[in-house]
Amino acid sequence: MTGRARTEGHGMLEIKNLSVSIEDKLILDNLSLTVNAGEVAAIMGPNGSGKSTLAYVLAGKPAYEVQSGEIFLDGENLLELKPTERALKGLFLAFQYPTEIPGVGGMTFLKAALNAQRRARGESDLTTPDFMRRVREAAQALKIDQEMLRRPLNVGFSGGEKKRFEVLQMALLAPQVGVLDETDSGLDIDALRIVAEGVNALRDPKRAFLVITHYQRLLDYIKPNVVHVMAKGRIVATGGPELALELERNGYRDYAEEAA
Amino acid sequence: MNAHVIKQSTAERTLAQQFAEREQREPSPVRAAAFARFAAAGLPTRRVEAWHYTDLRASMSEAAPILAAPKQDDIEAARSRLSGGERFGAGPQLVFLGGRFIAKLSDPLPAGVSIAEGSVAARPIDDPLAALNEALSPTGWTISVAQGFKVTEPITLLHLGGAASSYSVYSRMALALGAGAQASFVEIFEGAHAGVQRHASTILTLADSAIAKHVVVVGDEPGLHVETQIFELAKSAELTAFGLVSGGKLTRRQIFVRIAGDRAKVSLGGLALIEGVRRADTTLQVVHTAPACASREFYRAIVDDDAVGVFQGKVIVEQAAQKTDGSMKSQAILLSPRAQMNEKPELEIFADDVVCGHGATVASLDPEHIFYLESRGIANGDAKAMLLEAFGEESIARIEDKSLADPLRARLAAWLDARKVRP
Repeated sequence: MTGRARTEGHGMLEIKNLSVSIEDKLILDNLSLTVNAGEVAAIMGPNGSGKSTLAYVLAGKPAYEVQSGEIFLDGENLLELKPTERALKGLFLAFQYPTEIPGVGGMTFLKAALNAQRRARGESDLTTPDFMRRVREAAQALKIDQEMLRRPLNVGFSGGEKKRFEVLQMALLAPQVGVLDETDSGLDIDALRIVAEGVNALRDPKRAFLVITHYQRLLDYIKPNVVHVMAKGRIVATGGPELALELERNGYRDYAEEAA
Repeated sequence: MNAHVIKQSTAERTLAQQFAEREQREPSPVRAAAFARFAAAGLPTRRVEAWHYTDLRASMSEAAPILAAPKQDDIEAARSRLSGGERFGAGPQLVFLGGRFIAKLSDPLPAGVSIAEGSVAARPIDDPLAALNEALSPTGWTISVAQGFKVTEPITLLHLGGAASSYSVYSRMALALGAGAQASFVEIFEGAHAGVQRHASTILTLADSAIAKHVVVVGDEPGLHVETQIFELAKSAELTAFGLVSGGKLTRRQIFVRIAGDRAKVSLGGLALIEGVRRADTTLQVVHTAPACASREFYRAIVDDDAVGVFQGKVIVEQAAQKTDGSMKSQAILLSPRAQMNEKPELEIFADDVVCGHGATVASLDPEHIFYLESRGIANGDAKAMLLEAFGEESIARIEDKSLADPLRARLAAWLDARKVRP
C-alpha cells in the first residue's frame, strides 16, 4: 500500500476494527476511525473509555495486546512496525504524562531524535549551529526557557513545562500524524493558549491530528474538523464541533449508556 | 603455627613459602608482623563479614609465583608499549613495572612533588589482604606533595606488569599531601592477563586543608585484582576518590577511610561495568572520628550476562563526630536475567547530632524510559545506550574535574560500544 499520493483529504490515519486488551481485559472494542490529511479529529470521552490506550497502541507501547484490526499511517500498516519505526514513519505521540528521564540532557535527546529521523529519510545530521537555531526558534514560540532544555529530560519540569516540551518536540520532528493525549490536562489557561498556538502552527494540508481530550475547553483553541465520542472502547458518536459543545452541556452519561 | 582450624589451602601454603624465601633474603620485623596477621586469618571466606560475597579462599586456588624485578628487556618492552599507548590525560606520567618505579620511562615530576623508595607504613587495618600486601610487596614508594604546593595537572601512575604467563605482582604506594597542598592522581592498571594476580595498595594521607582527587582505572584483564586503599584526612582536608572497573575476572577494591580532623570532606564514587563472568566487589568503610565532617559515597554498577557485582559500605560515626553529614548511595542496573548485584549499605552511629542516610537500588532499565525515547524515533539500542550512558555519567560527573572525567566518559562509551548495546 506504499507509494500512495499524499494529498489532502485521504485517510492519513486509518484505524479499522481495532480490538485491544491488556491483561485479558478488553479495552478497545472493534474501534474504527479515519483521520484525513489536513484534518484535526478530536476524541472525547469519559475516564476509562480507552482514549489513552488508543494513543499508546498507535505509538506501539508494549504490554497492549492487539486482538484484531489494522492501523494504517499513510497506507502503511503500523501494527507491523516497532515504536521507533512508527515514529520514523511520521507518527508522534504527545504523552499525557511525559516520562522523566534522569541524566539524559534535553538537548542531547532532541539532537538524537532529530538526527534519527533525518537519517531515516536519508538526510545528513544537522550541524550544531543549525540544530541550535531550530531549537531556539521553536522554544521561543512556545515560551520555553533555554535553561529548561539543558536540564535532564522532563526532570523537575512543571506539568505545563512538560506539555510545552512535548509540543516543542512535535514542532521539531514535524510528523505526519500528531496524536495529542490530554495535552490540556494540567495546563492553566495561558499555557493552554501557548500550547494550542503551537499545535495550530503545525496544521498543514498534508498533516493529520488526533486530539484526545476529556474537556471541550482545548477545542476552543484547537478547532477540530470532526469530533468523535468514545465510550467503552468504541466510537459511539461522530459529528462536527457542535458535538463537543453538546457534551460540555450534557456530559457523557447518554453515550456511556448507549455503549453498554 | 596458627589458631584457625581450617586446613591450610594450597594457595596459603605457597604464600607462606614465598614469604619465608623473602625473609631469608631480607628479613624485616615489620613485614614478619604483617605476614603473621595474614596467616592468623588466612585467605578470607564467606564467613568473614567483609568478604561475604567474595570467597577468595575458594576462588584463589593457587598463589602464582611473584614477578621478579624488571630486567632491561622488560623495561624496553614497556617502553615500546608506551610509545604506542594512549595516555589518560595531559599531566606527567610515572611508570611502575611490577611494583617498581622506573624513572627512565617516567616524566619529570612537577615542582613541589617528590618520589622516594622505602617501606610504606599504614595505620593498622583489620584485613588479611591488606596485611598480605604489606608482607609481600617488594618495596614501597612515597610520592609527596610539599606543603602549600598546588599541582595543576593530574599525575598519572601507570602500573604495568610483566611478560610471564602466570605471576603475582604486589605494589605499595603512599601519596602524601602536606598542609594546604593540592594534587590529583590517576592510578591506571594495565597489561594484565588472566594469569595475573595483582595486589595493590595505596595509602593516601591529607594534612590540614590539603585537597586531593584520586582516580583508579582497572580496565585490563587480570585473573585477580585486589586493591586496598587507605585514606586518612586531617582537619579541613578534602578528598574526591573514584574507581572505574571495566575488566578483570575477580576485582576486589577495598577502601578504608578515616576522617581524623574536623571539617574535612570526603567524596567516594565508582562505576563498575561488568559483563561475562566477571565479579567486581567494592567494599568500603568510612570512619568519622572528628566533628563537623561530611562524607559522600555514590557508587553505580551496570551488570550484564552472568556477572556479579558487590557493594558493601559501612559508615561509622564515632561519638566525638557530632554534626557529621553522611550520605551513601549505591545503585545498579542489571541488563540480563542472570546478572547479580549484592548491596549492603550500613550505618553505625554513636553520636547523637548527625545527619546520615543510605540507600541502595537494583533495577533493570525502565521500559517507560525506553519507550519514550523510541517513540521519538530513537532506535531501541541507541535508547538503551543513552540511558546507560546517563546512568554512568551521573557517577563520573561527581569528580568535578573535566580532565579526569572525560577519559572516564570515553571508557564508558567504549564499553557500551563493545557491548553492542548500540546496534
